Amino acid sequence: MSATDTSRRRFLTGAAAAAAGLAVAPGVFLMPLAQARRAGEPASSDVRWGLLVDTTRCSDGCDACVRACKEENGWEGVGRPRTDAQWIRKVKVRDPRTGHTQSLPLMCQHCKHPPCVDVCPTAASMKRADGIVLVDKHVCIGCRYCMMACPYKARSFIHEDVHDQRAHAPRGKGTVESCTLCVHRVDAGRVPACVEACAAEGGGALVFGDLKDPSSEISRRLAAHGAEEIRADLGLDTGVRYYGI
Amino acid sequence: MRGVTAKTGRALALLALVALGAMARPAAAEVPKPKLPPAKGEKCVEPTEVMRRKHMAYLLHQRDDTLRRGIRGGKYSLRECLECHVTAQPGKPLPTYGSPEHFCSACHRYAAVHIDCFSCHRDRPEPEAARAGGPAPADGLTGRTLPARTLKVLGPVEVKP
Ligand code: SF4
Ligand code: SF4
Repeated sequence: MSATDTSRRRFLTGAAAAAAGLAVAPGVFLMPLAQARRAGEPASSDVRWGLLVDTTRCSDGCDACVRACKEENGWEGVGRPRTDAQWIRKVKVRDPRTGHTQSLPLMCQHCKHPPCVDVCPTAASMKRADGIVLVDKHVCIGCRYCMMACPYKARSFIHEDVHDQRAHAPRGKGTVESCTLCVHRVDAGRVPACVEACAAEGGGALVFGDLKDPSSEISRRLAAHGAEEIRADLGLDTGVRYYGI
Repeated sequence: MRGVTAKTGRALALLALVALGAMARPAAAEVPKPKLPPAKGEKCVEPTEVMRRKHMAYLLHQRDDTLRRGIRGGKYSLRECLECHVTAQPGKPLPTYGSPEHFCSACHRYAAVHIDCFSCHRDRPEPEAARAGGPAPADGLTGRTLPARTLKVLGPVEVKP
């Protein structure tokens, strides 16, 4: 966990933060009812998967999302913090003017205009039609350009041989990896592991759903309360949004 | 053949003779076949002869469909190969690709083919208990009951000014 001291608010939200203090619509249900795609059907651009983080419900000291991600996708540090894989991490941010601190999870933001995809020389770094940004490890050459390009430090390079991977989450030495938005679950009509864990044992801070469907839980929450992108000034149109920062 | 001495010429001729002799010998009986471990399941997705020649092409084609286009449920899945072909032998753990008793390994060693699949992919089926991340119930989350605590923490959001 790291404390960010320099002009946290502007850094985080880019341009001026939207005014807080909106009226609250009660009785919203959290879990989206995702539908599994039929076999043989490709991901569609009629959908854009997104994640809303309600930071007012996320507490320092809780790492249910991180643990769930590790277990689901089979990544774990090997005791070398500088290079260990991190698909998702908890970050503590602090406003130096007021001393107010906040804790939030940070992972691949599934940018609509992903710089990691722009710079990849082999097209390994790619965005699926439904907005999920992935690394095609079949063609990743491990050059790590994408790691340099990502403003969120969301990607990790694998330095060691990997064994006993999860069947649905291949990962190996010499390639780069990051949060897949649990694409294997999403395709099966389920929500990402972190969302499930946060609802069950965390603060219920994560909402997953289709940003293009105005009736989805995430869209309704965004319409009612708004949310910020981290580094919105970069214009990447992230799929992960933060409420309360 | 200019530049080839008589001596080398004779040696080459001799070599050619030896090679011809080797080819003339009945091969089938003497070449050992790879020892393949037994498989589960009724039959493969294609006839054995076809799979032997084309499995790599099927997998190569489908990997792009699956990963890049998000098409699930295709006919040729590496995971499904392993489900049937990598089975536990009595008293032994499931073999890894490093073992000659692994189905893929047995043949690739025999044919001296180096593959990279298993530097990223799991090389054997997952234990039953670890398959939570696998295929979901057919209807996904629909109709699932969430724990009471979940519903409680999902109440209205309070916004501080
Ligand atoms: S957050 Fe980083 S890794 Fe994810 S899409 Fe954006 S640039 Fe790529
Ligand atoms: S490390 Fe892999 S995914 Fe990243 S830019 Fe290089 S080839 Fe592309």
